[in-house]
Amino acid sequence: MSPDSDAEAAVTAVENVAERIEAERERLTDLDSAIGDADHGGNMARGWQAAAEAVADLEDPDIETVVKTAGKTLLSEVGGASGPLYGGSLVFASAELTDGLTAESAVAFAETYLEKVQDRGDARVGDKTMVDALVPAVHTFKKSVETDDLPPLDALAKAVAAAERGVAFTVPIRASKGRASYLGWRSVGHQDPGATSTLYVMEELLATATAHLDREAPSADASSPTVPDAEASEE
Amino acid sequence: MVGLVVVSHSHTAATGIAEVAAEMAGETNIEPVGGDGDGGIGTVPDDIEAALAVADDGDGVVVLVDLGSAVMNAEVAIELSDIEAVIADAPVLEGAVNAAVAATGPDATLEAVRDQAEAARDVDKL
Repeated sequence: MSPDSDAEAAVTAVENVAERIEAERERLTDLDSAIGDADHGGNMARGWQAAAEAVADLEDPDIETVVKTAGKTLLSEVGGASGPLYGGSLVFASAELTDGLTAESAVAFAETYLEKVQDRGDARVGDKTMVDALVPAVHTFKKSVETDDLPPLDALAKAVAAAERGVAFTVPIRASKGRASYLGWRSVGHQDPGATSTLYVMEELLATATAHLDREAPSADASSPTVPDAEASEE
Repeated sequence: MVGLVVVSHSHTAATGIAEVAAEMAGETNIEPVGGDGDGGIGTVPDDIEAALAVADDGDGVVVLVDLGSAVMNAEVAIELSDIEAVIADAPVLEGAVNAAVAATGPDATLEAVRDQAEAARDVDKL
């Protein structure tokens, strides 16, 4: 797969995320009305729409540039903490994609992204934040690629399933970070909007990657993923 | 001379705080920044990055911040910028006044100015 086609897939991914977030705008706003300031849906929809436009305007980009541009646009367009958490982490983690997209660089990207979100937001699993979706997803992805030797798409699918369980986990717990923490026990019973939007983004990444790999290599079997495996991409 | 950037969710508040601190500060370069860029409440990392560039004259910048995402956006701006800058963990107005005074010292360093800003945390009002 040429780097250009990775970049093209990344542009499509940003567009798909923008569409999905727009479709879920009300849902995210409802979740944020319950335990926040009701702006997550609007902020995210505005930010991702701007990001989709920005990456579509890039001329002949590589994947790092696409991801970095999306992140920078989110930084300037999404208000509140979601801007730096989503956008800043994307900008920072995009450096892991300098040499293109491989199973290895995807794991490095995911880990760096998670690290940045946790550092910046100072949140841990159980605080009822996006971290509750991200931590199981990233750990599952890493283990699936590095230990279980799964093809990247299968690894991503398992990561999405893990994120889904992480989102469900935010419902019964009490928030101890962000605006929801001011509600104390009243936050119990509500699903976290940041974890939810994180899941939506991941689901669209999976859908885009699936369509992308199908188109790139219709005859590829599971044992030879079209995203180069760790061996093939060794520096 | 060490410069200062005052970040608030309100541009009006940032400007006002910079004005108060400037009264105490002689030549110190104090740059206010804030608001969402559309006249609303918020902070934008690009704007903070631009303010760092204005405030810096080569000796670095101490950044005073108000609440929540102002801190995160200031961190992002510092990461994106080439300028040496540090955030002071201090009340924004009192910290800005302290820092502005400290920055006027002929040998003031980035660390010393930040320490003075952070000393404002311990000042009792009553």
